[in-house]
Amino acid sequence: MSEPTEKSVRAEVTTWLEENWSPELSLLEWRRKLADSGWGCPTWPRAWWGRGLPESLGDVVSDAFQRAGAIGVAQGGGTVLAAVTILEHGTDDQKSELLRPILTGEDTWCQLFSEPGSGSDLAGLTTRADLDGDEWIVNGQKVWTTSAHHARFGMLLARTNWDVPKHQGITYFVVEMNQPGVEARGLRQMNGHASFNEVFFTDARIPRANVLGEVGKGWGVALTTLAHERRLADGMRSMVRGSQGKGRAFDEYREEVASVMEPYRWYPQRAGRADLVLERARETGRIEDPVVRQAVAKLLTMMRTSAWTARRAKAARVLGRPPGPEGSLGKLAASELARAAADAHASIAGSDAMLSGVDGPLNGLIAEVLLSVPAVSIAGGTDEIQRNIIGERVLGLPKEPAIDVGKAYRDVPKNLAS
Amino acid sequence: MQFNFTDEQDEFRRTIRRFLEDTSPPSEVRRLMETDVGFDPSIWAKLCGTMGLSGIAIPEEYGGQGFGFIELALTLEEMGRSLLCAPYFASTLCAANAILNAGTEAQKKRLLPGIASGETIGTLAVAEASGAWNADAVSTTAKRVGDSFRLDGVKSFVVDGHAADCVVVVAREPGSRGSDGLSFFVVTGEADGLRRRLLTSLDPTRKLAELSFEGVSADLLGEHGAGAEPLSRTLDQAAIGLANEMIGGAQKVLETAVEYAKTRIQFGRPIGSFQAIKHRCADLLLEVENAKSAAYYAAAAEFEGDEDISALACLAKATCSDAYCRAATASIQIHGGVGFTWENDTHLYFKRARSSEAFLGTPDHHREQLLRHWGI
Repeated sequence: MSEPTEKSVRAEVTTWLEENWSPELSLLEWRRKLADSGWGCPTWPRAWWGRGLPESLGDVVSDAFQRAGAIGVAQGGGTVLAAVTILEHGTDDQKSELLRPILTGEDTWCQLFSEPGSGSDLAGLTTRADLDGDEWIVNGQKVWTTSAHHARFGMLLARTNWDVPKHQGITYFVVEMNQPGVEARGLRQMNGHASFNEVFFTDARIPRANVLGEVGKGWGVALTTLAHERRLADGMRSMVRGSQGKGRAFDEYREEVASVMEPYRWYPQRAGRADLVLERARETGRIEDPVVRQAVAKLLTMMRTSAWTARRAKAARVLGRPPGPEGSLGKLAASELARAAADAHASIAGSDAMLSGVDGPLNGLIAEVLLSVPAVSIAGGTDEIQRNIIGERVLGLPKEPAIDVGKAYRDVPKNLAS
Repeated sequence: MQFNFTDEQDEFRRTIRRFLEDTSPPSEVRRLMETDVGFDPSIWAKLCGTMGLSGIAIPEEYGGQGFGFIELALTLEEMGRSLLCAPYFASTLCAANAILNAGTEAQKKRLLPGIASGETIGTLAVAEASGAWNADAVSTTAKRVGDSFRLDGVKSFVVDGHAADCVVVVAREPGSRGSDGLSFFVVTGEADGLRRRLLTSLDPTRKLAELSFEGVSADLLGEHGAGAEPLSRTLDQAAIGLANEMIGGAQKVLETAVEYAKTRIQFGRPIGSFQAIKHRCADLLLEVENAKSAAYYAAAAEFEGDEDISALACLAKATCSDAYCRAATASIQIHGGVGFTWENDTHLYFKRARSSEAFLGTPDHHREQLLRHWGI
């Protein structure tokens, strides 16, 4: 067999799509064909629903799918993360059992990492798993879980050894969500939405075979999951773009997309809606106010300079130059921009900022901005953690001395369970 | 739009940085800032001669090197980084561009080669006692007498005005207002009726002068009464040049603050390990990088002849002023007590930052102008 080239791959995948893709199939029928063909995950190994292609040829395949308007494998939030983690750390049994239903969309997954007592310090988690014969017994609580209420499986981090330093006592489990010891409750946020769950474990059971990686080596496995988190947004954007076609498969796909996207409805407001500030200042007449004018000018400036900084980082990447400091600043910049936009919205709205829902400006949208922006500097790494990362990895400042290094986790101060 | 410097531009930057590290170390800056003339003629001669920097962006047909505004901007950035004491800003950025924008072909051929070679030091006199750099604020008059003009009025905040051989002056026809009746003129530094007074400046590395004109005979530069357009263009270029100069200084104070935070020990650990210091440094990095983006974008836009250039000049000037002032202030704070001493170099940058903040208009002024340029 000759080495695949761009041309040969394009020809092969195009022919396969011509012969197999039809929007009149049911979504599941189509996805099963797709998974078994290997074209759904072309960069995965041949043994595991892939075709062993390099990243660059993977792009050729996605391009062909886009041209054909064909639906890809399922890729909702936690589900994608589970797939890449299992592929990298799973046993052959785990891979053959778990991966295919992920790709077809039959199984959805959720991520059980954060806890009420460990947010920024994720490795300080205290959910415990104790071995009882052939089963692990899990007790504890997770939080900020997306879609836990309809997930079949969860990726769970739990502490299995309390006598070693915190990173060394963690194990990564695959847990069945539909069992008596697992309860998912909606978690209502300050903006009224309930996009996440709290998940309570009370003597939940996990077979020994469901450890992903080795016992006590869960932190390393978790890093794989976390490393792929930032690619999620791209995946979801392409899902929404690709869901506009006609036919049975598309009807079912749109339902899936709507369910995946549901928790993120308020995210544009979380980012501050700087795009609306000028329009609002004009329609309220507040644009005549010199103080508002300064705020508007600062915001418009910040939007442009942050975008240009991102462009500089991208231009350097394209040229293959080593990443400069400008590449690490995006999250902190977005957070500052969101806060500045919220302040401007409040100032422009004046007394109307006291109103929400149908009585509030833009039918409650401005109120939702004001009440959603506080999340942007917390979710996905707080501004404080971002500043630590920038200070330490970009500027080379020394780390803060930690008092938990080298200590048995049992002896480290921790939050009491409520 | 160019979002990265080319390899040639990077190499050019390294060459300038090496030259300035050798010729303009802090000891030299401190020596020159105490003098009235404010620069060292032998260093100036090298900078203009061997390095060819004084003519960097002046077209070859007028004796320059023929590079573009991006090379000029990065030269200014490096000079801002080293606080070079020299009439570069006045002569190469302001005077040469004013002549290029306003002058006739014959005048460019006559005036520019001297500036390009560094033998002539030029400057631009726009602002007066009100300290505003715009057409409305010009009250100095130019009366026609035969083939020549007589200037009357007082110009202020003239950079290196005390040392310039060639002063480009913006003046108006008696009785005219606003953008009407404005013209550019050229007078020599030693002209009869011109009194020059060195002002005591907050930033001793940038010399400012007051120039009083009493019936000074002047040559018209370009077309009579058509000065508004070249004035606005020259001020845009000056603002973009200043923005680039400022980020050079801002980057430098950020680096010295971070370096100090790594080595200064208190409570048994480097102070940079405390989040109070580390986070402030991270915030500064974000602000300085965004300011660089503004300065670089504006310089590239100037080079490419972007129609939005006046707005971009305002955006860059406001952003870089804020970033430089905050970085210099924070750097003093991070240095603690030693940062407030005369011996430590941070105050030299702080003074340049504060002075540059007001120079050519404050950040608030530029933000207001930005909105007006955008029709807001």
